[in-house]
Amino acid sequence: MHLSHPLGAALLATSLFAAGGAVAAGPAPLAAQGCLGCHGPNGAGIGSGARLAGREAAELESIMRAYRADQRQGTIMNRIARGYTEQDIAAIAAYFAAIR
Amino acid sequence: MTHAPTRRAALGATLGLIASPLAAPALSRAQGQARLLVIGGGFGGASAARFARTSYPELQVTLVEPLTRFVTCPYGNLLLGGTRQIGDITHAYDGLRAAGIRILHDWAEGIDAGAKRVRLRGGETLSYDKLILSPGIAIRFGALPGYDEAAAEVFPHAWVPGDGSQTLLLRRQLEAMPDGGVVGFSIPPNPFRCPPGPYERISMVAAYLRRHKPRSKILALDAKDAFSKQGLFQDGWKALYGDMVEWVPASRDGKVARVDPAAKVFETEFGERHRLDVGNVIPPQSAARIVLGSGLAAQTGWAEVDPRSFASKAAPDIHIVGDAMNGAPMPKSGYIANNTAKQAVASAVAALRGEAPPEAVYFNTCYSHVGEDYGISIVGIFRPGAGGFVEVPNSGGVSPRGDLPEQRRLEAIHADTWYASITRDMFG
Ligand SMILES: Cc1cc2nc3c(=O)[nH]c(=O)nc-3n(C[C@H](O)[C@H](O)[C@H](O)COP(=O)(O)OP(=O)(O)OC[C@H]3O[C@@H](n4cnc5c(N)ncnc54)[C@H](O)[C@@H]3O)c2cc1C
Ligand code: HEC
Repeated sequence: MHLSHPLGAALLATSLFAAGGAVAAGPAPLAAQGCLGCHGPNGAGIGSGARLAGREAAELESIMRAYRADQRQGTIMNRIARGYTEQDIAAIAAYFAAIR
Repeated sequence: MTHAPTRRAALGATLGLIASPLAAPALSRAQGQARLLVIGGGFGGASAARFARTSYPELQVTLVEPLTRFVTCPYGNLLLGGTRQIGDITHAYDGLRAAGIRILHDWAEGIDAGAKRVRLRGGETLSYDKLILSPGIAIRFGALPGYDEAAAEVFPHAWVPGDGSQTLLLRRQLEAMPDGGVVGFSIPPNPFRCPPGPYERISMVAAYLRRHKPRSKILALDAKDAFSKQGLFQDGWKALYGDMVEWVPASRDGKVARVDPAAKVFETEFGERHRLDVGNVIPPQSAARIVLGSGLAAQTGWAEVDPRSFASKAAPDIHIVGDAMNGAPMPKSGYIANNTAKQAVASAVAALRGEAPPEAVYFNTCYSHVGEDYGISIVGIFRPGAGGFVEVPNSGGVSPRGDLPEQRRLEAIHADTWYASITRDMFG
């Protein structure tokens, strides 16, 4: 991203707040974008959708692996987790973990 | 839906102040001020505009959408069932405007792909560096004999909600129908917008009739022999509505060949005339008119795109997303429109920087309400492949079958969460 313009920098800083309480270091990797339709803006949590933002990457990764292996029960996450590679899961977990 | 008005209002004010100088047309166009034009402010277009604005603040983002308020197709079926009101499924563009997106409430009339210009009905012409096109579908009036625009006032389609009037008309007809009436559905062949949509609609109408007009019948005439989440829907219909719902597949003369609005009749392929009290025609569809009129659609009526960048095969600076493109085997769903829009924006930005489009994964879930505390879902995860889109093996699929009341109850709740979450992602 090119932030030589002071207005651009200000805008970026504010726009990261626009997600509604979860402040990320940059745009979500595209794999993590798929999670935002159920887990709230930037993973902040919404309704019955658990908060993902700010949680330990290792915890998120191990939950995803457990869903994938059917060692953890869910209504839908088992079917979802099987669609992602180890690398996807690492990138997604790192992204949500970095949100403050 | 949950909102945080105080904080967002304050934020809007801040952004409004600092965003306006950036939104003004730039005289020189260094890479930093590239112009992204988005046509259509629905599932694909609103998602594209907001993602572009928040992820790439250096872009100038303009959105062209004729409606000042967007009524979602999703949850429109719950309005028919009586558990949602029109206000619950209507969204304003204030959040996008506050994020610094220039919004023009107008129709795009024509695209000059060579000159990279779009002409609006109001007379203005807009230039772009990259265009994201997500105008949705058009009803192919006339493709089903007897079904023209006038017929849609007798047999509403309620499949392109526009200002919501079609969905409200169908609801009024259901309310006015006497107990013991017959509600008919005409369901088209594939591909069409929202594969499970007709069957969720049947379910929600059944829920309303069961409660208020229990002697009524539903006659669902289908041009197909199989449909999305079929086993789950049929289990639910039986459990919740007994024999109220009769679904007739194509192989048993379910295909409607002609409609007669004056006589209120659906006529099937082999000549059977079904007289109805209320009729919902889900008609054959194509990409929206602007796609056809700009020469961006193939013979099929849908646009062909690159599966990684969504660049049109007919014009590389135009990225076509959402229902208008041929994304098979991905469904024409709001969630896919949302996902593909983000990938298209990221690819458009990459192209402006002289880079390749990023790695892609497309995610879909369609929840359906079968009854008040009874939800089901289908999940599909796709990646670009050599010749198109490929579903990730051993992933996704439908909810488990069987007598699982807790699964159904929870999925109805999670469906509501999905609606709240995705509309926040689109509109802020
Ligand atoms: C009953 C029903 C239930 C559904 N339920 C679900 C669900 O539960 N989950 C799900 O994921 N999907 C669902 N869908 C599907 C979903 O609604 C569509 O897949 C989605 O709307 C597609 O997004 P889009 O951006 O392609 O089109 P749209 O969302 O229709 O947006 C297109 C926009 O472009 C505008 N437009 C058109 N032409 C022009 C022009 N020339 N100039 C400017 N603007 C223009 C239109 O006014 C419109 O606002 C449902 C659909 C129906 C009918
Ligand atoms: C279609 C909605 C939906 C999507 C999309 C979705 N989730 Fe979930 N998620 C749920 C639901 C519902 C649960 C509760 C468990 C269940 O029922 O499967 C859940 C639970 C979780 C949990 C456990 C939370 C806890 O504290 O117990 C994690 C972690 C999680 N999801 C991560 C993700 C990630 C990462 C993604 C994106 C790759 C994602 N989810 C996408 C619906 C979704």
